Amino acid sequence: MSIVAAVVPTDFTPPGTEDFWIPLIGEGAWAFTRASLLAVISVGLLWWWLHATTKKRALVPSKGQMTTEAVYTFVRNDIGRDLIGSKEFMRFVPFLFSLFVFILINNLFGVVPPFQNSTMGRIGFPAALTIIVFVMYHWLGIKKHGFMGYWKSLVPSGLPKPMVPMIFFLELITDLFTRPVTLALRLFGNMFAGHIMMLLFIGGGWYMLTNGGIVLPIAGGVTWIMAVVMTVFELVVEVLQAYVFTLLAALYIGGALADEH
Amino acid sequence: MHALTFPAAGEGSGWGSAPPILPHPLELIFGLVTFAIFYWLFKKFIWPRLETVFDERAAAIEGGISRAEEAQAQAQAALHEYQAQLTQARAEASRIREDAKAQGAQIIAEMKQQAGVEAARLTETAQKQIEAERQQALVSLRGDVGRISTDLASRIVGESLHDETRQRGIVDRFLAELESGDIVREKVGAVEGEDA
Repeated sequence: MSIVAAVVPTDFTPPGTEDFWIPLIGEGAWAFTRASLLAVISVGLLWWWLHATTKKRALVPSKGQMTTEAVYTFVRNDIGRDLIGSKEFMRFVPFLFSLFVFILINNLFGVVPPFQNSTMGRIGFPAALTIIVFVMYHWLGIKKHGFMGYWKSLVPSGLPKPMVPMIFFLELITDLFTRPVTLALRLFGNMFAGHIMMLLFIGGGWYMLTNGGIVLPIAGGVTWIMAVVMTVFELVVEVLQAYVFTLLAALYIGGALADEH
Repeated sequence: MHALTFPAAGEGSGWGSAPPILPHPLELIFGLVTFAIFYWLFKKFIWPRLETVFDERAAAIEGGISRAEEAQAQAQAALHEYQAQLTQARAEASRIREDAKAQGAQIIAEMKQQAGVEAARLTETAQKQIEAERQQALVSLRGDVGRISTDLASRIVGESLHDETRQRGIVDRFLAELESGDIVREKVGAVEGEDA
């Protein structure tokens, strides 16, 4: 920062966490924010997309129906069936598909005008989804193994006796803390950092284009080219993170339902 | 962890400066509610459509495959049938040819035999006819010879010997003697000499 400050005028304000706080109605803890609005819009868009492409129910699908079916088949078979197992995956398919497309569209809001800010860049949304996944896989595990049996199933069988308490403790931390926190923070962090990067490249580029003499606008142009590259990169990250979140949710559900942990 | 001890920041200086990993309560609730609504909508309305289409398509494809297999089996059966029929027809044709050959040979043999019989019959008839004609000629000749000889004799004798001759059967007797070879050349010669 000090190097930058030495070269350019100091009235440039780098993007920060306050850029993510955009209340629309009200103030404080119960304000209706832009991210909340985007979440509502995302449900509307998802409904419009899914309803329009599936209402015909054609055996020989149109392009739209084919796209929807391709996404659905991907979640159903490549995530659900492969990770939960062909015996029980079917009842989790609606959940996994909802999860995937809900995260995906909210992530894509990060680069698609006029939204251009990912809903998942606000920790409340990844946290909400994580809470659902967290409760779900613990509930399924307890239902399957019994309350005590579930905690016992955390420790792999055939472990030397002295190792059991240690492993149990580590597994408990993983199960109760590491998994949910990383699940939420991974998605949030990617979207948050991605948006910060976009703001920095575009805002910084704009600042350099409009300030300074000859060298600085050239650097600003280069920065904007970088912003385009970053946008493409962001697009990849957004799709990838939606996939990773769904994949891990399926993995945790599959693990809770497995006979051996 | 440190961030979680920070909620006071949200109330006082506003959420803009609150730590970014501190969930905003209403946003958390919105996250839960919007996702729950979408999940319900999807499961209730969209999911059955997708799975119905999948099932129907699978059924259609399986039906198509089984129909194709059926058609193929039918075609195979028909082919076998035709081949069997063809083999049968070939065997029958060859059998008919053999029969015809045998029949032809038999017919030729029969014809030959018939022709032989006919030829024999014709020969026999001809011979009989010849014999009859010879006999007839002999009889007529015998009559003629008798008449001519008696004419001759009567001309030589000068009177009609016809009735007498007939009465006495001289000519027949003479001819019988002639046939049996009892006639002596001298006698004839004497008669001829007298005639001259």
